[in-house]
Amino acid sequence: MTPDKAMLDTAVTTLLTPGGLDLDALETGLSHALGAGVDYADLYFQRTWQEGWVLEDGEVKEASYSIDGGVGVRALAGEKTGFAYSNQITADALADTGRTAAGIVRSGQRLPGQAVVTSTATSRYTGLDPLAGLTAEDKVAMLKLADRVARSADPSISQVSASLSGTYEVVLVRASDGTLGADIRPLVRFNVSVIAVKDGRRERGSAGGGGRFSMARLRDDNVAETYAREAVRQALVNLEAVAAPAGQMPVVLGPGWPGILLHEAVGHGLEGDFNRKGSSAFSGRMGQRVAAKGVTVVDDATLDGRRGSLSMDDEGTPGQYTPLIEDGILTGYMQDKVNARLMGMAPTGNARRESFADLPMPRMTNTYMLAGQDEPQDIIRSVKRGIYAVSFGGGQVDITSGKFVFSASEAYLIEDGRITAPVKGATLIGNGPEAMGRVSMIGHDMALDTGIGVCGKEGQGVPVGVGQPTLKLDELTVGGTQS
Amino acid sequence: MTQAFDAPAQQQLLESRAEEALALAKQLGADACEVGASVDQGVGVSVRLGEVETVELSRDQGIAVTVYVGMHKGSASSTDAGQASIRAAVEKAMAIARYTGEDPAAGLADAALMATDFPDLNAHHPWELSTEQAIEIALACESAGRGVEGITHSEGASLSTGEGVRVYANSHGFLGSQKGSRHSLSCMLIAQDGSGMQRDYDYTSARDSRQLQDPEAVGRQAAERTLRRLGGRRPTTGRFPVLFDPSLAGGLVGNLMGALAGGALYRQASFLCDRLGDPLFPDWFSLSERPMEVGAMASSPFDSEGVQTRNNRFIDQGRLESYMLSSYSARRLGMQTTGNAGGARNLRISAPLSAPQDLLRQMGRGVWVTELMGQGVNGVTGDYSRGATGFWVEDGKVQYPIEEFTIAGNLEQMFSGLVGIGNDTDTRGSIHTGSWLIDEMTVAGDQDSD
Repeated sequence: MTPDKAMLDTAVTTLLTPGGLDLDALETGLSHALGAGVDYADLYFQRTWQEGWVLEDGEVKEASYSIDGGVGVRALAGEKTGFAYSNQITADALADTGRTAAGIVRSGQRLPGQAVVTSTATSRYTGLDPLAGLTAEDKVAMLKLADRVARSADPSISQVSASLSGTYEVVLVRASDGTLGADIRPLVRFNVSVIAVKDGRRERGSAGGGGRFSMARLRDDNVAETYAREAVRQALVNLEAVAAPAGQMPVVLGPGWPGILLHEAVGHGLEGDFNRKGSSAFSGRMGQRVAAKGVTVVDDATLDGRRGSLSMDDEGTPGQYTPLIEDGILTGYMQDKVNARLMGMAPTGNARRESFADLPMPRMTNTYMLAGQDEPQDIIRSVKRGIYAVSFGGGQVDITSGKFVFSASEAYLIEDGRITAPVKGATLIGNGPEAMGRVSMIGHDMALDTGIGVCGKEGQGVPVGVGQPTLKLDELTVGGTQS
Repeated sequence: MTQAFDAPAQQQLLESRAEEALALAKQLGADACEVGASVDQGVGVSVRLGEVETVELSRDQGIAVTVYVGMHKGSASSTDAGQASIRAAVEKAMAIARYTGEDPAAGLADAALMATDFPDLNAHHPWELSTEQAIEIALACESAGRGVEGITHSEGASLSTGEGVRVYANSHGFLGSQKGSRHSLSCMLIAQDGSGMQRDYDYTSARDSRQLQDPEAVGRQAAERTLRRLGGRRPTTGRFPVLFDPSLAGGLVGNLMGALAGGALYRQASFLCDRLGDPLFPDWFSLSERPMEVGAMASSPFDSEGVQTRNNRFIDQGRLESYMLSSYSARRLGMQTTGNAGGARNLRISAPLSAPQDLLRQMGRGVWVTELMGQGVNGVTGDYSRGATGFWVEDGKVQYPIEEFTIAGNLEQMFSGLVGIGNDTDTRGSIHTGSWLIDEMTVAGDQDSD
């Protein structure tokens, strides 16, 4: 698929026409931001429709709808950035925000205009309104189904909450380098969370997923039932969990969502801005070994319909497949235009922003490790005493020291090569490059997560994906209570 | 800066928009309606390595409408408070209310509880500052930090200043408005030695710019915090006392309040369900809320449902005295609202306070934690496991920096194991507390060496 003229037309009709603008008016808009001394400027138009439904106690008690939108105007001069935005998309707003953004530099030459080049990115999802895929009655029915399935699955389930949310987003980018691009980004998600109570103990289980497709697909895939059962299963496992061990030990991570390891341990450290500034533990290590042999990690915006996928990024660069680490050697950074230019590299389609009211930065899309050769059972069997972790709550990294954490929400002991008792949630901590050097076995069972990730950076949240095969790290610190 | 922010005019505009929304909802058949509207304007500048990096001007507005039709509820919001957007939001909220289920607890807070006392809380202190002046201050801050010997690199310094107005109105006829301002300055620096790079930061934040710390002091403190981390080792795995820095102790208060929140309680998602009256802390510890404190960060005469705020006492001499409830969660629990829709405002501790050195002496051998990482706190069980950075303490004295370890325990045991609070109170946020010394937690680092 190539984004046809229809997508651009939709963006123009949605974003520009209501305020009396057209594509030609963007030339004038850009000229305000391209003040003397400015070497690049862009306009980012966005409109977002968001809907959320929440079920509790068997009833849909909350439902909400929001409409956001506006234009962000950025002017760059070398390493300087001026930025302003407005929630009005009008000629006056473009003039005001443009002049304000350009105010960062006061002297220099005016750039000549560039010929417009329409972005020809391949579509990674259908530009549809995902909210329209189901009727309100269908949405309520899905949530009630999740409630019934969870409650009938086990008598210990005392609380069930389920939520369905969707976003329909239309963006248009026009930049002084000639870029003109439009994208229509659907995003949906279904989630179930349960509380199980047994013998005075109370535990939570949760499951969910989604992606860049219609809400109708959530119904057709019967996710209400799948995630309800999965949430119940996890809560029941946690009811039996014993204290987690404390200290260094081998850790086996299951396939899929545990790929949050890669997001934290290497992903953030390979974002272009940190490396341009020399503040990442990976700075200056291009071409060097930063992980064990066999470890290949990529950032991939091109996967069809995935939560982190992008047909084009928020600077109008097409979404790409970017190898970061190949067979243990650092081979690539994730770049936006600014940092790529300052580092003499090419942009990789990783410029992302939470909204028109935020500045874009190099961000991950879907980050995953390619499959290896090992049998998952052999990986477990190779561990005398350690941890097998299959689900995680979240993570964080200090990109400068390389220290990262991620917190297990479902994990088990491995004793003499066998998975035994479930253990309580524990935080795992390590140093990115060191931990990646300790990857000793890689399964052939590469899987992506179900579509639940939100990555936060400088206060901006964006949807992302992760994935990996079953992995063994010879040593990682497990933060349990049993020392 | 470029556009002056006329707070009284903005307030008047938002108030009239809120009233329009209420009138429209009534006209469309809503039995009750509530509206929140806000507008904020600000400037942020950042500098790095002595040069301007970004200048951002922000202006955000928003309106959120909730309607009740019988026992059905619908909500809609927009980032545009123009008349057309308000109409669209009300109509959408009404449409949604047709599909939500009946909820006997839904509805506005009781009319009798609406705030009637609106003292001036001295929260609005706009800072007349040009972009150039803002840049000068940030440059001075970073430069003072970079001037400290051993600092090799910088993530820069940032200054932000902003002010705003928020309005809440409901169909009881309540209409409350608040103007406020917030200014902050932060600096993050990097140092490097043979063991690698370390970064740390410091910041100052206040409603009134005259209460901000000196920019150069912020830069120097950021430098000191960064330098003291160089050469970090891993601590031994074992059970040790843990001293939490004031900002992290404030996080423990936040964990407590999360478990006392009505929403967590009626969902049975709190380890403090059905525990009113139980001793949770030592008897020398009390925790209360001062929502009307003049000039404080989170002061407000009314909560986000219009209910008059009050001086709640959540922990009284160690015992759990009160939950933190909105009228909705109160109805779900068969209780009364505590005026905490939207959270707690200005939490204050009363306890005997010790000098931090005395807390270290009291600890003897253990870890002093200065930074925590990750989200490893389970509000349902109270289980706690987080990544940490700090210092190893022997014989009551700081020995060397430590990193790449975790501290783990259970919040309930940590609360009952609170053995001392420092007089090094951090007053930058809405929770004021000094350091907390917890008697014992599990530290996971290197294998036991002894």
